[in-house]
Amino acid sequence: MKIGVITYPGTLDDRDAQRAIRLAGGTPVPLWHADDDLKKVDAVVLPGGFSYGDYLRCGAIAAQAPATKEVIKLAAQGLPVLGICNGFQILVESHLLPGGLIRNEKQHFVCRDQKLRVENSNTAWTSLFEENEEILIPLKNGEGGYIATDETLKMLEAENRIAFRYLDTNPNGSMNDIAGLTNERGNVVGLMPHPEHAVEPGFGPDTNIAMRSGVDGLKFFQSVLKMAVNS
Amino acid sequence: MFKNKKLAASGVDTTEHAVAEPDRDQPWKELGLKQDEYLEIKNILGRRPTSSELAMYSVMWSEHCSYKSSKIYLRQFGEKVTDQMKEHLMVGMGENAGVVDIGEGLAVTFKVESHNHPSYIEPFQGAATGVGGIVRDILSMGARPIAVMDQLRFGAPENPDTARVVHGVVDGISFYGNCLGLPNIGGETVFDSVYQGNPLVNALSIGAMKHEDLQLAKASNPGDLVILFGARTGADGIGGVSVLASETFESTGPTKRPAVQVGDPFAEKVLIECCLELFHAGVVAGIQDLGGAGISCATSELASNGGKGMKVQLQNVLLRDQSLTPEEILMSESQERMCAVVPKKQLKAFEKIVQKWEVEYSVLGEVIDEDRLYINWGHEEIVNVPPRTVAHDGPVYDRPVALPQYQKALNDDSSSFLKRAENATELAAQLMQLIATPNQADKSWITAQYDKYVMGNTALSMPDDSGMVRVSEETGLGVALATDANGKYAYLNPYEGARLALAEAYRNVAVTGAVPRAVTNCLNFGSPENPEVMWQFKEATAGLADACLELGIPVTGGNVSFYNQSGDIAIYPTPVVGVLGVIDDVARRIPSGWQDDGNNIYLLGNTFDELDGSAWAKDLHDHLGGQPPKVDLSKEIELAELLHGASIQGLIESAHDISEGGLGIAVLEAALRFNVGARIWLGEMLERDAIDMTAALFSESQSRVIVTVGREDDVKFQALCEARGVPCLRIGVTDATSSMVEIKDVADLKLDDIRSGWVNTLPELFG
Amino acid sequence: MPKIIVEIMPKQDLLDPQGKAVANALQRSGNKEISAVRIGKRIELHFDRPITDQDMENVSAQASSFLSNDVIEDVVAITKED
Repeated sequence: MKIGVITYPGTLDDRDAQRAIRLAGGTPVPLWHADDDLKKVDAVVLPGGFSYGDYLRCGAIAAQAPATKEVIKLAAQGLPVLGICNGFQILVESHLLPGGLIRNEKQHFVCRDQKLRVENSNTAWTSLFEENEEILIPLKNGEGGYIATDETLKMLEAENRIAFRYLDTNPNGSMNDIAGLTNERGNVVGLMPHPEHAVEPGFGPDTNIAMRSGVDGLKFFQSVLKMAVNS
Repeated sequence: MFKNKKLAASGVDTTEHAVAEPDRDQPWKELGLKQDEYLEIKNILGRRPTSSELAMYSVMWSEHCSYKSSKIYLRQFGEKVTDQMKEHLMVGMGENAGVVDIGEGLAVTFKVESHNHPSYIEPFQGAATGVGGIVRDILSMGARPIAVMDQLRFGAPENPDTARVVHGVVDGISFYGNCLGLPNIGGETVFDSVYQGNPLVNALSIGAMKHEDLQLAKASNPGDLVILFGARTGADGIGGVSVLASETFESTGPTKRPAVQVGDPFAEKVLIECCLELFHAGVVAGIQDLGGAGISCATSELASNGGKGMKVQLQNVLLRDQSLTPEEILMSESQERMCAVVPKKQLKAFEKIVQKWEVEYSVLGEVIDEDRLYINWGHEEIVNVPPRTVAHDGPVYDRPVALPQYQKALNDDSSSFLKRAENATELAAQLMQLIATPNQADKSWITAQYDKYVMGNTALSMPDDSGMVRVSEETGLGVALATDANGKYAYLNPYEGARLALAEAYRNVAVTGAVPRAVTNCLNFGSPENPEVMWQFKEATAGLADACLELGIPVTGGNVSFYNQSGDIAIYPTPVVGVLGVIDDVARRIPSGWQDDGNNIYLLGNTFDELDGSAWAKDLHDHLGGQPPKVDLSKEIELAELLHGASIQGLIESAHDISEGGLGIAVLEAALRFNVGARIWLGEMLERDAIDMTAALFSESQSRVIVTVGREDDVKFQALCEARGVPCLRIGVTDATSSMVEIKDVADLKLDDIRSGWVNTLPELFG
Repeated sequence: MPKIIVEIMPKQDLLDPQGKAVANALQRSGNKEISAVRIGKRIELHFDRPITDQDMENVSAQASSFLSNDVIEDVVAITKED
């Protein structure tokens, strides 16, 4: 199964996303931002980084790229799309997900191992998780605070569109402790933490069992592969 | 503005003018040159220099660029070297960075550099551009940068100016490094009032490549094009190099106009990807990054290294600020620029790649078959010099050296006269106090602002003893890097202090299971015009060179930062030493703290009563005097070989080196690493080594490591130590059910209590 | 040179952490009378010929679709300057 990973100028975690896909059993396909040909991939990942230096607004310029426009089109037809960190910002700027992402409350960039609760395990990217499963995923950003109007928040809660919530600490002041969202259909998922950094033993977060042994992120990529196999 | 390239007779000082008006008054003094240097330039050229040539020489002959005060001593690093030491060395000193073969056809390049003065003036941009500069050096060797580290020294923690510098520097490193997508895998932070007006910001970067990817900074083929690409050139840092790095600060604050460079990490990230694509496409014959002295440096060095010459049209430089004069363009230190030497037939391919990445470029000129660098401004010749004289044959000083007047009294003032704790309560109090001092406290407040995950290859990072990154995903081949320096030791004895820094970095690499292979250094000292500082420098470089020879690992490159002083007060001589090690499979790496229950804790090495220069003496008693701990490098080698052998057999669960603070601090750090308690007893140690409990807990004797070993491996491990003659003493056992560190005859300390002191110090000071 | 100025502010009811941080700093340095700070953007779009009504319309569309994010920002002014 082929999963595309788009590289924009300033994208940083594209190769890590490609590795995660490979480890999950898929075939990563590098895609270039200026190219609207998505090479018939079965799913797309918008990776983390600082596309266009976060100029204007995080993800704002990347949202205008030809490849992004094509993703928006295909997402409406059910293409699974995962937006990680800057990728989440691109999804929000593209209006594939509602709300906004602003600078962290405490003004500093923070890199920490974050506990999350998977609150919607019916999406393309979370189907292998248990409902309310607690996972440990690295978080690293300076502009990750989720904001939305009261109306939007009510809707998101009511429709179970909150895919992940921060546990123990809210690292960036996100409203309602929202760490990630999904769209109505469940094919588009965006989150601030980085699952691609918790896929390989020895390089993930520390756990009680061993240093750097956390691999909770792998299920994100395995879920979408399972979905493709079934469909 | 300059829409047409036709420039009117611009009033620019040309070589023709230089001949016609030989007696023009020139501001050589204001530009930082000495009179004899100015005369030497006239001698070389056979006439007075043009103002552009004067600018070039003043900047390239500054201390920062020419190493004129340090050259005669740095030679030792290349001379005190055996063939065996050079076995893995692909590129040694003198290039942008050293390159070391690590096996499997792969190589690693690494180097540490300073950006001290700019970081006092504008901490954020100073630190940010420090990271940018060292990363470009690594990139210019043909490597993909894969990690960064930083070595920071700040003034007294409670001084309000310290917070200004700390915030700016940490934000700057975080901003630039994170935006480049480079994991920060380690470093050190030290607080001491001696660095108040002269903080030290050293930045290190590592890059990885295949052997055949190696690039060099030379222009050796006449006809090849010289192309400047990356950011546009502006007024950044004009005069920064020769003005800042060759002058000390007045005691009331910096007197020079701030000539700070402003960095754009997004531009550099794009430049990295663009350059790597250029390299892999084989379109570049030589490459140089633009750092200190900008275009002056790039053109003269490329020409000089290639043994050829160059003809440059300076008006072709893409400008951000159209008002710049030719002299300013030559001296500009605008960031994120590279200079490539491109064979004419590769120009189209070059253009295609830079256009893909939307990187601007301009052809400045070409390589010529003459030992001359010509720079024109339109039709007017403004530079006509032999490139070697600018880039490599600068002045070489043999500055006066004098033993400091205070040295004997300092060395006689031993810490053995200090009052020691008289009972367990006092010992426990001192230990708890020490672990919470800013120098020993948890640095997470800083390190959590750095990305350690990006690139997915970080096997070890803070707080472990070295940073370790995987280089080959197929085999797990990786490298470990540790940087260390102890300014107090070096102040007491510069020769020994440099040896001790190397020993500590070497040991920090060994405890992770890697084998030390190469060295880099950043030598931070006061003014070379002060004979006492020069003595420190002479001693330290000799100490380091001799120690490298003893340990069998070569210096591959480094940096010198002089003039770190305010008025008469110089910093402690602070030679930062970085050691790179190789590990065949990062899966084998050893953490610095214990996680498993019921493992035996062993102390390797002997302990002596060596408290001079220790954290106990300085941070608890405000005392600095005597002689630093002795180091026997043959013992360090034995220890490292033991650790390697044990690690290959999988006998070691954790290993932590004992350094500043002593055994007591090392034990607490190892317990705090994964929050697992332990029971410790030191009675046997006191007897065997004939020391008291204060020495046992706080002495900073060298060649010591604490390791934990699984019960099933005890016998094998002890036998291994005995066979290799490494003293090995069981001093405790880990206890995962306990939330305490119990030190017999000292105290039972709750992990929570230790942690709360340790974790809150920096946030309370700077949060 | 002719230009169109677009001014953008964060939406009134949403958190402006940058503004908050600046307000705190002003308060700390003695400006107790300043009760709040909100920070926006001023974007200049330069033209190399006189500006038409169509240009104003285009810019207005770009302002709300690209130059600002209408979820979290408001375009508070679009002005022509000769």
